[in-house]
Formats: sequence, C-alpha cells, structure tokens
Amino acid sequence: MTAGVSPSTSGVAVLRRPTRVRLLWLLVVAVVLAGLVVASVVIGSRVVSWDDVIAALDGSVDGLNQAAVTKRISRTVLALLLGACLGLAGAVMQGVTRNPLADPGILGVNMGASLAVVTGIAWFGLWRFSGFIWTAIAGAAVTAVLVYLIGSLGRGGATPLKLALAGAATTATFASFISAVVLPRGDIAGSVRSWQIGGVGGASFEAIGQVLPFLAVGTVICLLSARALNSLALGDELAAGLGERVAIARGFASLGAVLLCGAATAVAGPIGFVGLVVPHLCRLLVGVDHRWLLPFSALTGAGLLTASDVLGRVIARPEEVDVGIITALVGAPFFIAIVRRQKVREL
Amino acid sequence: MKTPLAAHDASSVGIVTASRVRRGRRRRIVIAVLAALIVAMFALALMVGRTFYTPGEVLGVLLGDDVPGASFTVGRLRLPRAALAVVAGACFGLGGITFQTMLRNPLASPDIIGISAGASAAAAFAIVILGFGGARVSVFAIVVGLAVAIMVYLLSFRSGVVGTRLVLIGIGIAAMLNSVTAYVLSKAPQWELQEAMRWLTGSLNGVTWGDVLPVLIALAALGPVLLGQARNLSILQLGDDAAAAMGVHTERTRILLIVGAVGLIAFATAAAGPVAFVAFLAGPIAARIVGPRGVLLVPSALVGALLVLAADLVGQFAFGTRYPVGVVTGALGAPYLLYLIIRTNRTGGSL
Repeated sequence: MTAGVSPSTSGVAVLRRPTRVRLLWLLVVAVVLAGLVVASVVIGSRVVSWDDVIAALDGSVDGLNQAAVTKRISRTVLALLLGACLGLAGAVMQGVTRNPLADPGILGVNMGASLAVVTGIAWFGLWRFSGFIWTAIAGAAVTAVLVYLIGSLGRGGATPLKLALAGAATTATFASFISAVVLPRGDIAGSVRSWQIGGVGGASFEAIGQVLPFLAVGTVICLLSARALNSLALGDELAAGLGERVAIARGFASLGAVLLCGAATAVAGPIGFVGLVVPHLCRLLVGVDHRWLLPFSALTGAGLLTASDVLGRVIARPEEVDVGIITALVGAPFFIAIVRRQKVREL
Repeated sequence: MKTPLAAHDASSVGIVTASRVRRGRRRRIVIAVLAALIVAMFALALMVGRTFYTPGEVLGVLLGDDVPGASFTVGRLRLPRAALAVVAGACFGLGGITFQTMLRNPLASPDIIGISAGASAAAAFAIVILGFGGARVSVFAIVVGLAVAIMVYLLSFRSGVVGTRLVLIGIGIAAMLNSVTAYVLSKAPQWELQEAMRWLTGSLNGVTWGDVLPVLIALAALGPVLLGQARNLSILQLGDDAAAAMGVHTERTRILLIVGAVGLIAFATAAAGPVAFVAFLAGPIAARIVGPRGVLLVPSALVGALLVLAADLVGQFAFGTRYPVGVVTGALGAPYLLYLIIRTNRTGGSL
C-alpha cells in the first residue's frame, strides 16, 4: 500500500498508478458493487423479510413481498447496466472533447434523445420499444453533433464554458419543445412524463433484453477507443504525429458514447450527472490511462446509479424518488466543485 | 498654440454634446414607442379570446360599467391576466438587466444562474408540500431566491469573482434546483400538467387579482429602489476601485441592487412561475434598440412586459392548443442564447 501514497498533495490526478494499486482498487470497487447489488434487492420502499427475498430469488412470486423483490431484481439489473453505460459514455465524452465538464446530461444529449422519442410518440404514432431505441439514438447523435459544433465554433475551440453553455441552452430549448409537443396531447401526457425525469422504476427484463445489443455494441466501441483516447489526450497535433487519425478516432469514440446515451435514455429517460461524476472519481483511483479508466468508469457508474436508486427508494418512504432526481442532487455539487477547482483561463 | 487647442476642444465638446442629445432623443422615442406598443398589446389582450369584444365594450368594463358578458370575461379573466403579464414582465426585465449590468455579463441573468429556478422550486415546495398560500409563498420564494443568489456568489468567490465561473456554477445550481422542482411536482396529489407547467416554465393560466396584487406592490416598492441606484449601477460598471473613487459606496449599492432585483424576480416567479428566459432576453434586446451606453433599466422593463404580453397572446391563440407563456418564451430564448454563443465565438470575443 506504500506505493499507493500519492506524491502529489494538490488533489491532481496522478498520471500512472502502479498495477498493484489499480488491482486493489478494482477489488474494492467490485466488493462495494456486490454489496450495493444485495442492498438494492433487499432494501426498498416496502420492508421485506430475508425469507421472502430468498424465496423470490428462487423464482417464487407468492404475495406482494416476493413480487416486490422480483421487481427489484429487474430494476437492479437495469440500474447496473445503465450506470455502467452512462459512466463509460461520460468518460469517453470527456476524453473526446478533452473537457472536464462533459456529460451526456449537461451537454443535452440525453434531452435530445428524449425529445426525439416524445416527438415520435406524439406525431408519428411510435409505440414499439424497438422504435424508441432507434429514435433515441438518432436524437442523441444529432444533438451531440449540434452541441459540439456550437460549442467549438470560433477561437479557443470547445472550451468548458462554451460547451456547458451550448449544452444548457440546448437542454432548455428541448425541454420547451417537449412541453410544446406533449401539451396538446393529454392522452399521452402521463406516459411521456417518464421522458422528462429519468428513472429505472419501470424496468422489465423484456425491455432490458431489447436494449442490451445496443448497449453491448456501444460498450465494445468505447472500450476499443481507449488507446486512441490516450493519444487524443496529448492534443490533436501530437496525436496525429503519433499516427492517430484524429477525426476518425474522435468520430468512432463518439459513436460509441452516443449509442450508449441514446439506448440508455430510450429505456429509462434522461439521467444526468452520472457521466460527469464517475470519470473524475476514477481518475483519482487509477490515473488518466483510458485503458484502465474506461472499465473502472463502467464499474463505478454501475455502483453510483444503483446506490442512487436505493437512496431514492429509502428517503421518501413509502414513495419513491426517481433516480434522475437523485443523481442531479448528488452530481450538481460535484459539478460546482470541479468548476471551482479549474483555473480561470482553462474555463 | 492656445487657439487651435481651444477650438479643437470646443469642436469635440460639440460632438459629444450632439451625440448625447441624439442618444437622449433616441432613448425617449424608444421608450415612448415601447409604451405605446404595450398599451396596444394590452388592449388587444383584453379584446380577443373565445368571444371578441369591441374596444367600446372593453372601455366600458374598464370604466366600471356593467356590460353583459364582457364584465365577467374581460374584467375577471382577461384583465388580471394581462395585468400580471405586464407587471411580471417588467419585474423580470428589471431584475435581469440589473444582474447583467452589475456582473458585466449578459449570461449572468437570474434565469441562467439559478435564482429564478430557486424561487420557483421554493414556491412549488411552499404550495405543494407546506400547503402555503398567498403572501407566504412570495416571502418563502424571496428568502430562497436571496439565499441562492448569495450561495452562487460565495461559491464562485475564489480570490475574486470571475464571470465565467459564476455562470457555470449558476448552471450547476440551476440543474440541482430544477430537479428539486421536478421532485416536488411528482409529490403533487395528481399530475396536473398545465398546473405543473407553471413551476417548470411559467404560465399565466387562471390568474386572479389576488395573484397580481403582491407583484404590483413589489414593483411599486422595489422598482424605484433600483431606478434610484441606476446612476451608481452604471458607475459600478467601471470597476469597484473606480466606482469607489467616484464616491459610490460599492458594497451598499451592490446589496441594494441584489435585494431589489431578487425581490422582483421572486415576487414575479411566485405569481407566474419562472417565465423562461424573459429576464435574460429583455436586457440585450433593449440594448439593441436603445443603442449602447446609458442605463437600460426602464427600456428593459418595458421590453420584458411587452415580451410576456406578446408571448402569452401567441401561446393562447397562434396554435391549436393553448400553450403556457413560458413554452413560447423558452422556444424563443434558447435559440437566442445559442446565437449569442455563436456570435461571440465568431467575433472572437469572450462571453
């Protein structure tokens, strides 16, 4: 553990961590994650005895308690998957834009996916879940390109301020558009509410099964980009000098992130701030090497979203708070802390 | 040697005087035109609706005559609504330009840095969870609005406040408060979309005189306070040191300005919700019309009132569905924000 004592005391992430330290952290994260999974199945807005939990894990659905546990299992699986995807997407976005404030929620990508689905439901009679996924991914892709273009115009490229502002403005516009699309349609307003606040309460294994291929492809693309992201972190010129095709690498990695965000939003609605918090935490644990950072972000993201979901079930018993609300409450102070730590000229 | 210099001085004084006179005249003309437009729009808002009433009938109602049908529809439904549109719009315009001028940044308007979001979350919380009504909602909204303003300022203080940091921190705070509003609304007995929309984007539906009165009093009380500080506000733009050297009590001025502006925003938000982007838009539009320099408080207030009034009319009658006013201003304001970013980027300036 002596090797883990960081030479830097200023809180700046260390470039390299010894493999031993990384493996140790991997173990810690895995143990915490396992604990959270157990907590997510056992703890909920309804108090359930251990016997019922064990019976439900055996596949029994007698009575409300066991049914509740069965529901929690699918919910936990969804939270784990989405958390991993959002954490991973956040890490990739921060790498691609070389911007510490990048996050699918802050950049408006999730809101774009949401708007696309809502428009599809209201105007084009979209009702199949598979249609939701494609629409959401298309919406996420268009929004990502739009926000990045606006944010990177002019001098200085995509500075954190410009990107965050472009994202915030886009989010506000899209929220207005969602209201405008939904209001004339009182009949769909109830079902559309879940596209305004993200939550994993409506999880079903059927939906998870349909979205899983998209998440898998997105994850593979993101993980394959790790080496390219390491080169990009050195700056475009240097990356090109190292033989990286910068535009292609950037586009490929973004494609993975957009797939993840779009598919995640299609199944759970817009969930923000997971992708912001997780990569920053992971950089402290394992350093800035994306080959370690990306898998760690996925694991930690899964843990964070599961923990937020459990918290949302507990704090307002007997009701539940959507996980999108919890992540915003937890994540926004983190956002502020990052802004405060940056030097002014980097903003 | 003396004469040419004096002549030069005289001519430059002449130029300055002429341009000041010209600007002053333009300013008065703009204010008069804006006021006339507001009156016209106000009259239109009273006349049109499901039933159309002639100007004569509307005038009769305003003078207190008992006109069958019109007395209720115009007097009880349309008049409070139009009045709140004007008053709340003026509050948003005044509050917005005060912050934008004081912080020397068009992005530092209350609806971007989280103050409107705080007042809205507080009002929704007070109504849904605490069961408050009337003036207590406004007071609660003001207290929270002030607390948010102070919090944003303190959080962005790190050996001095820098505009970009303040804006970014405000965006973070606003995101947090919006999720609080979303949570509070999910606790409401039934999910009433139209009613909820008031606290998400702002709406003038179902306004009564009881809603208008507190905002009117706030504008009458706090408006003059801000206008009284107009001169100090424009001197404050030169920087704290210069302002202090010119005899301005910088801290006292700043506290007065913040309290006044937040009070206006909070009262208007408690009545109409955080009508999206009005505080942000009014100032830059006024600056564009009036021209640079000079204090923009009055023109911005008028632009704000006109914006809300016109947007409410558009929202009610331009489409098949009646949209709340905030959806219209939100759809207008966000593209303008994007335009502002793009334009500043192209000219290479800093935001």
